[in-house]
Amino acid sequence: MSPVLRLESLCFAWPGSEPVLQLDRLELKAGEHLFIQGPSGSGKTTLLNLITGLQPGYNGTLDVAGQALAGLSSRALDRLRADHIGLLFQQFNLLPYLNLIDNVCLPCKLSRERRDAATRSGGSVEQEAERLLTRLQLDPALFRQRRVAELSIGQQQRVAAARALIGGPTLIIADEPTSALDAVTRDHFMRLLFEELEQSDSTLLMVSHDPSLAPHFPRQLHLGDTVSC
Amino acid sequence: MLIRLAWNSLLSRRATVLLTLFTIALSTALLLGVQQIREQSRQNFMATVAGTDLIVGARSGPVQLLLYSLFHIGSATSNIRWNSHEALAADPRVDWTIPLSLGDSHRGYRVVGTHNSLFRHYRYADQRMLTFAKGGEFNDLFSVVLGAEVARKLGYHIGDPIVIAHGSGNTSFMQHKQMPFSVSGILEPTGTPLDRALLVSLEGLEAVHLGWRAGVPLPGLEVTPEQARQRNLTPREVTAVLVGLKSRLQTFHLQRELNSRRDEPLTAVLPGVALQELWQLVGVAENALLAVSGAALLIGLAGMLAVLLAGMQQRHHEIAVLRALGCAPFRIALLLLLESLLLTLGGILIGTLLLQAGLALLQTPLLERFGLLLSLGTLSPVQWQLCALILLLGLLSGLLPALMAWRMASARRLIRRN
Repeated sequence: MSPVLRLESLCFAWPGSEPVLQLDRLELKAGEHLFIQGPSGSGKTTLLNLITGLQPGYNGTLDVAGQALAGLSSRALDRLRADHIGLLFQQFNLLPYLNLIDNVCLPCKLSRERRDAATRSGGSVEQEAERLLTRLQLDPALFRQRRVAELSIGQQQRVAAARALIGGPTLIIADEPTSALDAVTRDHFMRLLFEELEQSDSTLLMVSHDPSLAPHFPRQLHLGDTVSC
Repeated sequence: MLIRLAWNSLLSRRATVLLTLFTIALSTALLLGVQQIREQSRQNFMATVAGTDLIVGARSGPVQLLLYSLFHIGSATSNIRWNSHEALAADPRVDWTIPLSLGDSHRGYRVVGTHNSLFRHYRYADQRMLTFAKGGEFNDLFSVVLGAEVARKLGYHIGDPIVIAHGSGNTSFMQHKQMPFSVSGILEPTGTPLDRALLVSLEGLEAVHLGWRAGVPLPGLEVTPEQARQRNLTPREVTAVLVGLKSRLQTFHLQRELNSRRDEPLTAVLPGVALQELWQLVGVAENALLAVSGAALLIGLAGMLAVLLAGMQQRHHEIAVLRALGCAPFRIALLLLLESLLLTLGGILIGTLLLQAGLALLQTPLLERFGLLLSLGTLSPVQWQLCALILLLGLLSGLLPALMAWRMASARRLIRRN
């Protein structure tokens, strides 16, 4: 089985500047969770933009879910992102005018693969969304009544996690998902996230500058000690 | 899926969206309303007379003949001799005639001398007959039948005495005081100039002019009503004659014959053709009205564009989220286009309903006060075209925010900070 993520001598530089990111070799297999740590400016954002196919123009090899990104059209990159990648950001990443269920179901409306997977797992997309939200300990009374803008940040982040998880994407990318949370909420959140990850085959790649998250992960990578390519 | 997103997104901006919807609805209602008035006033205008095949008067232009005979505007330069009318009425091709005699007035309203044949043969709109709101046709030498507006404005009832004045001015000093008329009937509103006319019999009109020469009463020759009834009241002249033929096929033939008569110079016109000619003069003002309401629509759409563009500033984040979930830029642009479409469509729908509701409310007062008959119901072909045009313009103005969203979506990277 091909690795979920494979990169080799990956190097990215803005035209006429020093390289912002250089990585010799990285391979993630299904179910392998990786924590990437590094200070601001170490190229974390660039790496995520490259992996998600939003930033073109790099040197080296970059395969996501068995496909080489360099050879894909922007349409195919959008497709790949919709089908295989679940994204989890810092905060403010839900659509404020939709209710909880509609927000969680959104990836399934953009990808047939994830819709089919969610239906297989939960009976229907909405039931799967309800199941995930319940697993992440959100009150069912909130599911349809409230718009997400009325939730606390901790609650919003759990809704976002459910959205990243629905339909079992190959790779879940979490970008500082806990930076807006306090320590207690953060640990609670991480515990729930890992519990749910065990149920699915998804691979988690988390990026943060916060070293206290590292113990949750078996594999870790430090960015910042760059070598020239 | 996009529809649902667009719908929810619009719902979340209720206040501004409602205002936009309202502006578009109002300008739609205005534009469609003006078009309705244009079409129906034209229709009403054309419906002034129906079923009449020829209008015959003394030699003059067709429009002038139409103006004084049907619209009671201006006056005839000369009249038709009574025996010409008799000859016309006796013509085997002619089914019926309605003689009309003009020249007198009552408090600013024209007095029309005619026959009871008017009530039987005159048709307007879709072959509608004149009907009486109260009373009936002439039953005496001094009977008068009032148009709906005359009765309403001047507050007359059946049996009221009416003195008519000589000439057509508003304040005439020459009144036919010695012979008052009595109201025998009041017509229902028709939306034609008959609403503003007083109808009397030709003989009655002849009677009040007994003892007059050249427009003034001769001293010592006053006639009482009782004396008048004893005299021969056959009119000597009439102003115009409406003619109905037994077969329409005869129309052109008879018209040519009348127009080329040697013994008396006559003009015979086809009412439809003359009305068309006259409308071309009147129609200019209506085009100006349409232009103004068109401008109102553009303002409405500009308002929508302003709301959509202002909204774009707050939607960077939303677009970035959709992008991150793998939504292609063109679908995001489509979402924005869909919002303008929903807004315009909603505006058109509400505007049409608004117009119909307004018409239902104003129908009766408009007919009674302005003689304007507006009917409810389905949109005319031109109104459908206008709706389509509004929709198209709405979509076109939606292109701009859609383009902005597309560019934003194409340029955005992942969101790191808010």
